[in-house]
Amino acid sequence: MLSECDKKIEFSKTENNRYIVKLKDMKNAIKFLKREKNYNFFVDIAAIDYLDFKEHKEKRFAIIYLLKDDKFDNLIILKAYLDEDEIIDSISDIYKGANWCEREVWDQYGLKFKDHPNLKRILNHKEFIGHPLRKDYPITKGQLCTKTDDLMDEMTPRLKAKGYENHDDLMFLNLGPAHPASHGTIRTFVALDGENIQSAVSEIGYLHRGFEKSCENHTYNQIIPYTDRLNYCSAILNNIAFAHTVEGMLGVELPQRGQFIRVIIGELSRIIDHLVCLAANLVDMGALTNYWYLYNPRETAYHLLSKLTGARLTNSYMRIGGMTHDLYDGFEDDLKECIKDVQKGMDDSLSLIEHNRIFQDRAQNIGIITAEDAINRGWSGPNLRACGVNYDVRVNHPYYFYDTFDFDVALGSTGDVYDRMMVRFEEIRQSIKIIHQAMKVLPKGKYNIDDHSIIFPAKKNVYSNIEGLMNQFKLVTEGVKVPSGEYYSSIEAANGELGFYIASDGSGTPYRVKVRPPCFYAMAALPDMIEGEMIADAVLDLGSLNIIAGELDR
Amino acid sequence: MAVTTEEVIFGDSVITTKLDSAIAWARESSMWPYIFGTACCAIEFMSVASSKFDISRFGAEVVRFSPRQADLLIIAGTVSYKQAPILKRIYEQMTEPKWVMSAGACACSGGFYDNYTTLQGIDEIIPVDVYIAGCPPRPEAFLEGLMQIQKLQAKPTKYLKKRSKQEFKGKLDA
Ligand code: SF4
Repeated sequence: MLSECDKKIEFSKTENNRYIVKLKDMKNAIKFLKREKNYNFFVDIAAIDYLDFKEHKEKRFAIIYLLKDDKFDNLIILKAYLDEDEIIDSISDIYKGANWCEREVWDQYGLKFKDHPNLKRILNHKEFIGHPLRKDYPITKGQLCTKTDDLMDEMTPRLKAKGYENHDDLMFLNLGPAHPASHGTIRTFVALDGENIQSAVSEIGYLHRGFEKSCENHTYNQIIPYTDRLNYCSAILNNIAFAHTVEGMLGVELPQRGQFIRVIIGELSRIIDHLVCLAANLVDMGALTNYWYLYNPRETAYHLLSKLTGARLTNSYMRIGGMTHDLYDGFEDDLKECIKDVQKGMDDSLSLIEHNRIFQDRAQNIGIITAEDAINRGWSGPNLRACGVNYDVRVNHPYYFYDTFDFDVALGSTGDVYDRMMVRFEEIRQSIKIIHQAMKVLPKGKYNIDDHSIIFPAKKNVYSNIEGLMNQFKLVTEGVKVPSGEYYSSIEAANGELGFYIASDGSGTPYRVKVRPPCFYAMAALPDMIEGEMIADAVLDLGSLNIIAGELDR
Repeated sequence: MAVTTEEVIFGDSVITTKLDSAIAWARESSMWPYIFGTACCAIEFMSVASSKFDISRFGAEVVRFSPRQADLLIIAGTVSYKQAPILKRIYEQMTEPKWVMSAGACACSGGFYDNYTTLQGIDEIIPVDVYIAGCPPRPEAFLEGLMQIQKLQAKPTKYLKKRSKQEFKGKLDA
């Protein structure tokens, strides 16, 4: 495909959709793909440090771009090798979503970008020295932070661009990171004229917990509990996304029962996630009653999950190649109970707000983002669908029999707070529909794959014979051996396309894991969305995007 | 048992006690928590506040987001190095007598985030009165932690005196 480009591009094709491009030609290649081939959807940028890699690579670092076309069908992966002192052309003028990604690459790897509007640290604090994801940075070397960034270096140019020469008439205010409406730890710094936001800057990274570095230090199954804590409102969906990716690398597929269990529990997680998001959003609006209505069914769901997995929130239910154990007896009844509660809570809440003038006035035409802009920024999930874009990984790249279920993709039209909330309400309904269908056809039989180089042997064997014992011992100490190579795969998590780009060197520990956290891209748009609005609207905007700090900052 | 003059006059509609214990009782029965929720543990705190577990049974449902109005600081979640100066500032803004509850593995010890980002326990920055375990702690554990604080609260003078004697010096105290 790249050979059709009018500018000369040096590249080689490695696999179907993968190209290695010379760094100097990368920007031209991306421009060409966007202009001529409609690769409009920005997926992610990842970087890798090959310092300790077993095979020799031509240069120490690599930068990887992932894009999808406007039908969301084709993924293309472009990779360029570079050394520390080489400078990358920023593509933030082509894709707005690239802006924060490039900052992250700079922060974590110390690779520089040319013509980036604001190349500064994003996840680590200002006083941090070095670049933690480099292989020669020791994982436990923490660095104290004594002062918080005042963010004026970002604020001043933004205000200048709006025609403010001095800021004497403006009032500056921090919304967060410790603020009831900041949903975790997100900081938005605003310049106010009265109650109107003239200019805004967001700072993230307050919950940066080094997920990606920790992955390089743990075996694949040990990473599962870490994935729980990405989007902790729907832990199991993260488990599934990670296990699904690794299983893709191993080239194995779960037995049907396993796949259906993943669908059922995954959709239940999606419901819980949406409930939390909606409940919190409505509290922010002052509609506290809805919080009780929506939150109590979640307790029923947590009760079910703790019965099934032993934990309410951080379930770690999945394993590479399956799950810890089968559904319990009586699961179906509990599930029915749970769904009944959810439905009731939702109906109660909707009866309060659906035709409520105050709710509509507060939520409609607030925080609008256009479909084109959202795609360019790499939005996905309910937030993107609220703009009217029909993209759902479950439909576009069906996995786990999603193509056999009868469900609708909920779409909005304006892309405002109201649409985002209503899309979530509708998605809860659709998830319930999927769960009902899946429960009906749930086959009996095995739920884990049968390969004991991946899945633990039965405890009976571990305790009674030496082969079983050795098998278990090897799997625990060395981990599941994943063939070397690089791989990207994603599922539709509660917040959108949750993807993992994993590089393996053939051992039981990943060489590099890059998460594509759906809310990272949504968050990057927040300052632009809230400028010109009032403070009270900004709170709703943030809530309606469902920013979960664990996933955002990793 | 000797009958006091008050009892003769008022019957049992009046209880005589010491001022200190009256205040302690009032404080203990209406703690105003500031919830410094940063991560997953904060989601469990939401459950504690909602109707099933209902923290108001323990008189602590008035969650304040201004440190100046709160007397119980609950840290629920991971505190990163980037977050640490903010936590310290909030703690300093609370007025005495103040209590700190560290909820969950992360706040107590860094949890399983033994890496470059995470503070290995908030007691490196501020003093802590009660630690509760769990990742995240179940809502019952939060309530248990609250009751522990209330116990300390019931006889505050001795405890507070002891606490003020141990000079705390955190990593951010220059
Ligand atoms: S202790 Fe566990 S649940 Fe709590 S913040 Fe840490 S990782 Fe999350």
